[in-house]
Amino acid sequence: MSILVWIDHFGGKVQSASWETLGKARSLADATDGRVAVAVMGTDVRDIAEQAIAYGADVVYLYDDPVYEHFRLEPYAAAVKDATTSENPALLLFPATTRGRDVSALVACQMDLGLAPDAQEVSFQDGKVLAERPVYSGNLIAKVVVETTPAVVSLRPRTAPMPEADTSRQGEIVEKGAVIGEDAITTQVLNFEEKAVGEVSLTDARIIVSGGRGVKGPEGFEPLRELAQLLGAAIGASRAAVDAGWISYDHQVGQTGKTVRPDLYIACGISGAIQHQAGMRESKIIVAINKDPDAPIFQIADYGIVDDLFKIVPALTEELRKRLD
Amino acid sequence: MKFTVLLKQTPDTAELPKITPEQALAGNQGVTKVVNPWDEYAVEEGIRLKERFGGETVAMSMGPDEVDEALKSALAMGCDRAVRLWDESFEGSDVWGTALVLAKGVEKDGGADVILTGKMSVDGNSGAVAHGVACKLGVSLLTQVAKIVDISDGMITVERLLDEGRETVRAPLPAVVSVVKEINEPRYPTFIRIRKASRAKIPVLTAADLGLSPDQVGAAAAKVKWTELVKPPAKKREVVIIEGETPEEKARKLLDYLMNVEKVI
Ligand SMILES: Cc1cc2nc3c(=O)[nH]c(=O)nc-3n(C[C@H](O)[C@H](O)[C@H](O)COP(=O)(O)OP(=O)(O)OC[C@H]3O[C@@H](n4cnc5c(N)ncnc54)[C@H](O)[C@@H]3O)c2cc1C
Ligand SMILES: Nc1ncnc2c1ncn2[C@@H]1O[C@H](COP(=O)(O)O)[C@@H](O)[C@H]1O
Repeated sequence: MSILVWIDHFGGKVQSASWETLGKARSLADATDGRVAVAVMGTDVRDIAEQAIAYGADVVYLYDDPVYEHFRLEPYAAAVKDATTSENPALLLFPATTRGRDVSALVACQMDLGLAPDAQEVSFQDGKVLAERPVYSGNLIAKVVVETTPAVVSLRPRTAPMPEADTSRQGEIVEKGAVIGEDAITTQVLNFEEKAVGEVSLTDARIIVSGGRGVKGPEGFEPLRELAQLLGAAIGASRAAVDAGWISYDHQVGQTGKTVRPDLYIACGISGAIQHQAGMRESKIIVAINKDPDAPIFQIADYGIVDDLFKIVPALTEELRKRLD
Repeated sequence: MKFTVLLKQTPDTAELPKITPEQALAGNQGVTKVVNPWDEYAVEEGIRLKERFGGETVAMSMGPDEVDEALKSALAMGCDRAVRLWDESFEGSDVWGTALVLAKGVEKDGGADVILTGKMSVDGNSGAVAHGVACKLGVSLLTQVAKIVDISDGMITVERLLDEGRETVRAPLPAVVSVVKEINEPRYPTFIRIRKASRAKIPVLTAADLGLSPDQVGAAAAKVKWTELVKPPAKKREVVIIEGETPEEKARKLLDYLMNVEKVI
């Protein structure tokens, strides 16, 4: 039995969700005497193949070619299909990152395979792949059985633990090149405007400091940013703050924004509407800072402070700075 | 140009937490339904594309009779026509079954240059129907689209919103485009348009019309089956409200909990 894991990276920087997914595959394989194969695509990404071995891969199919410079669905799906043919796995496992969800869905459809997207659990039973996935925006959990072999599953970031790298592990690297050439690819990337450096992405974040209508304006996010910087945290926002134009949409958490599950979510001046909860309820620890003791956010929070966020947030930053010194 | 918007009727997001597994399995019976929130952006963009480039915008959905209400909302916003795809044999379709029906629907309706979808449905949460439709039709797929820059010479140029930044890409038409909220601000329909839409007769295409046999769609063809639907375990404990005389004292106490008890910092 074999499991094939796809590794998501951006310009050589691997999303931690990829290693979590690889760790999950390793533990499933260990329980069934199986092996773990990994597929890596990119240019000059041999070091990712080596890291993958350290994180638990037995074999790595390495697609290193200029055709994989930018993530494009056509060459990436072709390479995943090629690796699937070489490895003949029982399960194709992807991190449920934006790219991971795109390529897994396309490969599954092209190969006529069952897909369980954004699963929080995956297992084998009687030769079949079972998965648990949140549906109804996290209000219900569907347990599903995938009727095809291989099964295709994407694993929600931060549901499996981050494995330890072991640089003494041995594995094989199988060199593969371009599966389809540039002339067969119709999508052209014309431009890429990278985000400001140092900004932590919401999907990967261990800690998120989030602001709502209570921050009162674009400058109201400043104290939150100071705290976030000390914590190495990402900045989140409610839709009210995004719609008011105080912060860009890619920070929005919730029903029509991102779904996150950090270790710590600090909600500042956010009432906790159902649509906001849909995106953050799964956080391990939730802290709410709100003037209104009846705000619904307190119903799902672990810790609450009923006070003015403009007093509490700077006090937190100050106290934390003392402790970090 | 022809623009086709694929929209789904879903439960009102405010009611999602109240829905029981039984209601969900019975097709969300007894629940208030609306146009899937993400799909409102797709409808709006479909109408704007027609306003920019000329042509026709069609709203299409797979679902039973009641889905006419959602299609009428799209007509009220400004779509020219609506088409509903339904047959008993479609019941229980998984993403690929749904995608196949929608792809056949688009073909039967004479094809389209741009097929718009939402990012995901608030009930199914798969975010994969767009991929399925593009795959079944064998056309370009552009996801996470925050702006349609241009359509010309048989090509579409869009901006995609990714975790690391904003990407501009060009792909040949026809294309399936799934949109995110940033793309626009959906309009409110006018009273006149709502009245007009409420009287619309929406044609229905069946499995026979689409040339689909029962083994290709519905529960029988599903490659993924739901074995159980459960409520997630309830919240583990009550909130601890941090008391204190000053903000500094509250901050100290909170950090003690987070650093020493929970160890999340
Ligand atoms: C289809 C649909 C989709 C939606 N999707 C999303 C989504 O993805 N994400 C999302 O967040 N919302 C979403 N919403 C909107 C949601 O319903 C709420 O309107 C929104 O979350 C409210 O944002 P808020 O909590 O910042 O604002 P409010 O509800 O106005 O709350 C502001 C809070 O700040 C507190 N406050 C004010 N000043 C201070 C201060 N100085 N110190 C401390 N506290 C203070 C107030 O007591 C209040 O509780 C959606 C709604 C719909 C209908
Ligand atoms: N039954 C349906 N009829 C029409 N469009 C649909 C249907 N189901 C899903 N879609 C479209 O596909 C998108 C993604 O849905 P999903 O893959 O279910 O998350 C939705 O936002 C809709 O645009």
